[in-house]
Amino acid sequence: MKKILSILLAAVLCVGLLAGCGGSKPADSDVSAPIKLGGIGPLTGGAAIYGNAAKNGAAIAVEEINALGGLKFDLRYEDDAHDAEKSVNAYNTLKGWGMQIFLGSVTSTPCVATSVEANGDHIFLLTPSASSTDVLGGIANPLTGTIDIPRKDTVFQMCFVDPNQGSASAQYIADQKLAAKIAVIYKNDDVYSTGVYNSFAPKAESLGLNIVSTTTFTEDTKTDFSVQLNDAKSAGADLIFLPMYYDAAALILTQADAMGYAPKWFGIDGMDGILSVDGFNTALAEGVMLLTPFNADASDERTKSFVEKYQKAYGEVPNQFAADGYDCVYAIYQALNNAGVKDSSLSASELCDKLIEQFTGMSFDGLTGEGMSWGKDGAVTKSPKGMFIQNGVYVGMD
Amino acid sequence: MMTFLTHLINGISLGSVYAIIALGYTMVYGIAKMLNFAHGDVIMVGAYVCFFAVSSYHLPPILGVLIAMALCTMLGIVIERLAYKPLRQAASLAVLITAIGVSYFLQNGAQLLWGSNNKMFPAIIPGEGISLFGGQLRITAATLVTILACIVIMLALTWFTGNTRMGKAMRAVSEDKGAAQLMGINVNTTISVTFAIGSALAAIAGVLYMSSYPILVPTTGSMPGIKAFTAAVFGGIGSIPGALLGGVLLGVIEIFAGAYISTQLANAIVFLVLIIVLLVKPTGLLGRKINEKV
Amino acid sequence: MNKLKSMDRSVRRNFLTYAIVIAAYIVLQSLSSARGFSPTLRGQLVPICAYVVMALSLNLTVGILGELSLGHAGFMSVGAFSGAVAAAALQNAVPSPGLRLAIALIIGAVFAGIVGTVISVPVLRLNGDYLAIVTLAFGQIIKSLVENLYIGVDSSGLHMSFLKPSIALAQGGRMILNGPMGIPNINKISTFLAGFILIMLTLIAIFNLVRSRAGRAIMALRDNRIAAESVGINVTKYKMMAFVTSAALAGAAGALFALGQNTIVASKFDFNTSILILVFVVLGGLGNMLGSIIAAAALTILPEALRGFADYRMLIYAIVLILVMLGTNSPQLKALFQKLLPGKHGEEV
Repeated sequence: MKKILSILLAAVLCVGLLAGCGGSKPADSDVSAPIKLGGIGPLTGGAAIYGNAAKNGAAIAVEEINALGGLKFDLRYEDDAHDAEKSVNAYNTLKGWGMQIFLGSVTSTPCVATSVEANGDHIFLLTPSASSTDVLGGIANPLTGTIDIPRKDTVFQMCFVDPNQGSASAQYIADQKLAAKIAVIYKNDDVYSTGVYNSFAPKAESLGLNIVSTTTFTEDTKTDFSVQLNDAKSAGADLIFLPMYYDAAALILTQADAMGYAPKWFGIDGMDGILSVDGFNTALAEGVMLLTPFNADASDERTKSFVEKYQKAYGEVPNQFAADGYDCVYAIYQALNNAGVKDSSLSASELCDKLIEQFTGMSFDGLTGEGMSWGKDGAVTKSPKGMFIQNGVYVGMD
Repeated sequence: MMTFLTHLINGISLGSVYAIIALGYTMVYGIAKMLNFAHGDVIMVGAYVCFFAVSSYHLPPILGVLIAMALCTMLGIVIERLAYKPLRQAASLAVLITAIGVSYFLQNGAQLLWGSNNKMFPAIIPGEGISLFGGQLRITAATLVTILACIVIMLALTWFTGNTRMGKAMRAVSEDKGAAQLMGINVNTTISVTFAIGSALAAIAGVLYMSSYPILVPTTGSMPGIKAFTAAVFGGIGSIPGALLGGVLLGVIEIFAGAYISTQLANAIVFLVLIIVLLVKPTGLLGRKINEKV
Repeated sequence: MNKLKSMDRSVRRNFLTYAIVIAAYIVLQSLSSARGFSPTLRGQLVPICAYVVMALSLNLTVGILGELSLGHAGFMSVGAFSGAVAAAALQNAVPSPGLRLAIALIIGAVFAGIVGTVISVPVLRLNGDYLAIVTLAFGQIIKSLVENLYIGVDSSGLHMSFLKPSIALAQGGRMILNGPMGIPNINKISTFLAGFILIMLTLIAIFNLVRSRAGRAIMALRDNRIAAESVGINVTKYKMMAFVTSAALAGAAGALFALGQNTIVASKFDFNTSILILVFVVLGGLGNMLGSIIAAAALTILPEALRGFADYRMLIYAIVLILVMLGTNSPQLKALFQKLLPGKHGEEV
């Protein structure tokens, strides 16, 4: 049996290697072929909700655009299970497929890796949601003042870059005088959470906000917040800032309620989706405040149409990841049209140059913002909307 | 002072869950001489079954728990028969890897069946808990029930292994499998019963764990499984009171390390304590020194 | 030809292993420069080498020494981070990438070896399952410690901080290791050639260790500890030798791996990775180095080759694992296969 096993393994190896030989396809010479749009995200594993949301949003956009006539896209999404090594493997697979424009990786850590590859290959990258400054490069580390990663010129983001949300949150809390004593709980093995916190803390201090408790958690410890909540409670905090994704936030709200502790809650765009957690008592989320670019309950035509299509196709209300995915495709479409691109005959590199030129000059209206624009630094300028949850829907705070 | 007590009680509660899980590990190890790495994932399955019973089918919680126990028991027996029994003569490493395979199978199967989104486990333990010292110390109902359940299970198991025929058979098999067989004990049945009991306990542990820490994902059972395994070794693997002691101590250390040293280093400190204990007492706190025969 | 026949079986096997590795390297290296070669596979050549060396080093502990280690990824982690930090810090001082890589690999091996020595003191006093649990514990501790380490470099050298993310750096300096965020910007200097050389060096080290007096002592310990002890073999010394060598090799593998990635984080080197490598070793056969090489390479390529089955990939992996374990170890199934396939009986390693 052992011999059979070794022969089998060797056979698998050979098959894998041979598959490697026939991998790369030459560029499509058929001019009417659609433009190849590649994307990567966690489609399996713990972060699969985000990857699938971005993929589904992009798919709806591609479907609508292809129906318009004119430029067409061929969308292909690969799974990276929120791992940087797998994400780079996926990127290479897409490259072998002949990808011309890249929607990046959905989550930050894998995107930090794939952005290096895309930039090196001079392929345009527009990520819907990988918001870390490390993805773009060229932005100073707020704690040390150093630029740790050089700017990757072909990389752009559709989502707020983390430091903006951090300082915007601090500004908002100070302006609205929301609380006298503030506690912060953040996830310190997550670039997103830490990135927001690192710009929230100094801004809050400069605005004179009183932060009485700062606690952290990691992926391993996100099942229990009794220690963190007790710390905030004994310090007398009446508002807790939660720069994190909604899954951990849902647990924090639940445990605080069980403890009999009812502070105000302030979250960022990652809080979007908290009402859709299976089994979560949404009454606990009443009054939660958050900054978000996307409101699924908005009454404008475009949002309503998107939400309706999404619910019909996927059976759930879309969150901001889906909306960002949708906007990415449309932004690229707008840029290509402005540049006069008519078909898929240009190489990835040529398309990249045109896209960079367009993105740094145009203004884009999407589901996640009006009048969005980009600088050479790759970061998007759009205004976060302050919302709070009332009767299970988002209501604007202003 | 109040925060100290709060942390202590949280620690005992968490430790009780670890203890119940550790019991499953220690019994299976003592009797079948194998480390059932898939035990943590049986906990997860039990939690999911109860979740769906209560949330989707709106059954009363106690029925949900019983169904979870029944299904987990069957799952445990099936796994034992299919994956572990054929390897009873094989090296323990082979069984370990197979157990890891079963663990991955359960996790990925759960992901395919139930998705990887977080589910919030409903609060099924009724009651407001108790409030001492004028509201400064609050103990939730879930915490009370967990600690109580742990004590009851320990007592029940100790009685079972001491006073019933099957319990004595289990002890005999764990002492010397060959001799037990010669005495007429059906080793296969004994081992299957051990797995059955361990899996039923896993289901209870799953529900109790969820009542205090209600986030449910397919990988929920993994870390508690590792920690409970650590607790079982800590207390002396094969020893029932050892599982209780190891579990409760581990829970308390984890909560205190998180509260007074750093939440980032809590896990590292728990494992460090384990190493120190094993250096001083190589067979665990209550483990028996097994003399190796040549 | 006669010389080949007159060598004993294990030596012949060792030469076969060397030959296969060399042949594979030559074939892959020439294919990879061809235009049609899959970019995915090209990108995986360095990681495959790293996983192969990890499997070989773990096989030394599990197959030759006979002790189960559940925290091997911890050594990989130590080597990965120390090697990557060293390479980043030496960027200006050592402009040649090949030399810098070699230094990084050595530093990775040395640091992992030191950690291995420190760990071996408590670990090797225990046996069997207790030893396994302690290795698991150490793996977790290493991960926690690395996750809270911050390292920056500037004109006055390296600055380190534990638990506190803010370090005072002079103008022009930069953060290299950013706590839980790991090292986000690695200059990729690992090459397939370097990986090949590392595999060959590992094989030479292991084969020579196994065939030496020390190796025989180690295997005697594995086969019957009490008998070996009674013959006067110094248990601790030889156990430590195997364990530390294994750790150092894993450290070098970690450094090679890290310098082939754009970014690494501490959580990549967790319990799951330790188990992944253990599976390579067990499937390839305990003590069978060639088996480890084939298993590590095949099982690293397989998930990428199975991309089409995305959702079911891991489930299939788990089922295949269980079936293979049952097939290779269950006496009933073994008898079944032997009836179906008449021929030479399988040889033991």
